[in-house]
Amino acid sequence: MNNNIVIAAIGAILLSLPFVGVDSYPLHLIIVILIWSFAYTGWSIMGRFGLVSLGHGAFMAIGGYVTALLWNNVGLTPWIGIPIAMALSGVVAVIIGYPCFRFRIVGHYFALVTLALSEVVRQVIIATRDTTGGSLGYTPERHGEGWSILAIQSDDRVAFYYIALAVWAVGIVIWKAVDRSMARYALEAIWEDEDASAAVGVRVTHEKLKVTVLSAVMTAFAGAMYCQYQMFISPDTIGGVGISLQIVFAVVVGGIYNALGPTVGAVITLLLAEVLRIGIGTENICITDKICLNAAGVPLLIYGVMLVMFIIFLPKGIVGGVLDRWRGPAQTGPSKQP
Amino acid sequence: MAEFTDALFSIFFVETLINGLLLGGVLALLSLGLNLVFGVVDVVWICYAEIIMLGMYTIYFLHVDAGIPVIIAAGCGIAVTTILGLLVHRIVIHYLLDAAPINQLLATGGLLFFLQGSAMVAFGIEFRNLGVSLGSLIVSEDIYLSWTRILCFVLAAGSVGVLYVFLSRSYLGAAIRAISQDREIMPLMGVDTKKLYLLTSAIGGALAGLAAALLALQYDVHPFIGLSFGPITFMICVMGGLGNMVGGFLAAFIFSELITIGGYFADLEWGYVLAFVVFIATMFVRPEGLFARKS
Repeated sequence: MNNNIVIAAIGAILLSLPFVGVDSYPLHLIIVILIWSFAYTGWSIMGRFGLVSLGHGAFMAIGGYVTALLWNNVGLTPWIGIPIAMALSGVVAVIIGYPCFRFRIVGHYFALVTLALSEVVRQVIIATRDTTGGSLGYTPERHGEGWSILAIQSDDRVAFYYIALAVWAVGIVIWKAVDRSMARYALEAIWEDEDASAAVGVRVTHEKLKVTVLSAVMTAFAGAMYCQYQMFISPDTIGGVGISLQIVFAVVVGGIYNALGPTVGAVITLLLAEVLRIGIGTENICITDKICLNAAGVPLLIYGVMLVMFIIFLPKGIVGGVLDRWRGPAQTGPSKQP
Repeated sequence: MAEFTDALFSIFFVETLINGLLLGGVLALLSLGLNLVFGVVDVVWICYAEIIMLGMYTIYFLHVDAGIPVIIAAGCGIAVTTILGLLVHRIVIHYLLDAAPINQLLATGGLLFFLQGSAMVAFGIEFRNLGVSLGSLIVSEDIYLSWTRILCFVLAAGSVGVLYVFLSRSYLGAAIRAISQDREIMPLMGVDTKKLYLLTSAIGGALAGLAAALLALQYDVHPFIGLSFGPITFMICVMGGLGNMVGGFLAAFIFSELITIGGYFADLEWGYVLAFVVFIATMFVRPEGLFARKS
């Protein structure tokens, strides 16, 4: 009961945000955070069961690039393009996932195989630079001025805010649905002991594949949304090892075993980067004539230190850690750590 | 088809194969230290390439700004990466020895961002070139081979040899091999595992420095150079069987030949795609690595 009131209050605040005079810039930040939160939530759906993928940059890039390429070259509306991109990334997830799960590739071997997948997709994008623009990035063509429902494009931030909010909410609902499903028990059992759970009749490969495909499809959708909103994608902004690591780390910081963990991770990491960028700037700070410091690297540096500290001192993330303090330990997530 | 066979028997294809072999030397040297650390400490240093990057900066600044001869600068570079290797272990890994492997991997990933950020803050994002070239060996009118790469090849082969002899013949080497076989029993036998881990991390760091010295001769240094050869280094180690020194050495040549042959018939990027796809396929067939002994 109490929970419902809290959820309703938060929902009302989120829905009324554009009307209480939030500026264009903060609104932009919130939209970006919501889209990334959805991607992070998608990752944590499988990550919380010890399936640590470093290949989600690949799914995100597939989502963004396939949608934009179909729109520019074939003229196919994103309404059809996005489902195609999602299906394609689901297929890629099966191609990589099935043999991995069938042949028991787990732990950091799984992480490294998926890492190779991110690199494959990034290199393919760079190699086909004649169509995709390579490292220079790619822009979907504008379809008229202002709103275009056909192209899912908009100059209007408020409209996009509501779309992003809805997408994010759906992400949380999916996370909760997985959390309540039988699949969760199966996957936790698999994580604890793969052989034992197979012996009692858990379909190991099947269960793992299901959650992997769901996660890949969600991430591809986030990539497509990012592309539709930013109207610019490049291998470094939505793909490759950098983005794959960014996804994992934001979730670790926020908390991997809670529905809101990935969102909290997105808020903290993206706000931190933004605050540091504005606060310190990207100019060179010169101490003497010869020694100049490049402030653009500071966010990366602080981010790195934060991650190491989190993994050593607070492996359940901020949300998990706070909940432990509050309710006492052993309430959030299984005893094992990711 | 005729074009394809022509291409196959052309003198340039021979050059490609030789260049692939020489690139393999570079990759083998890169993966050696990572492989050793993995085999003994059982931790994947995702930030290994960033340690190499800092070694390259050390050499660059000592040689270009301070005017110290390249050889001595390289020695200092190795010293710096050795210390970095020690610090990575003592400051981060030491506290995570009992944590899940994935947590260890993620912590070193955090270090990757930290080292990249530090390099960016301290040195900016310019590309810096050491400006030293060892020239090329002219085999025939059409074939030029870079001396740096030949040196890389020789040093990589030499380092593998030295490491092999060290591990199989010396007392310390025996202890290191024993600890990688059973890390619970060894402390009970009165072996100080902490010291051995530190020693291994230092050797791993020193090998990173050696790789840095040779890379500095061939590539420009910038804070993100680690990302361009970091992933491939892990894949080589995994393909050869993590911790298997000889396997990693051979896998480096498989990778380099795939990259150069792919680059010969299409773009270099397709060479990388080919190598990565072969890597993924290999993992499905032999998850413990190509050269792992059946246990």
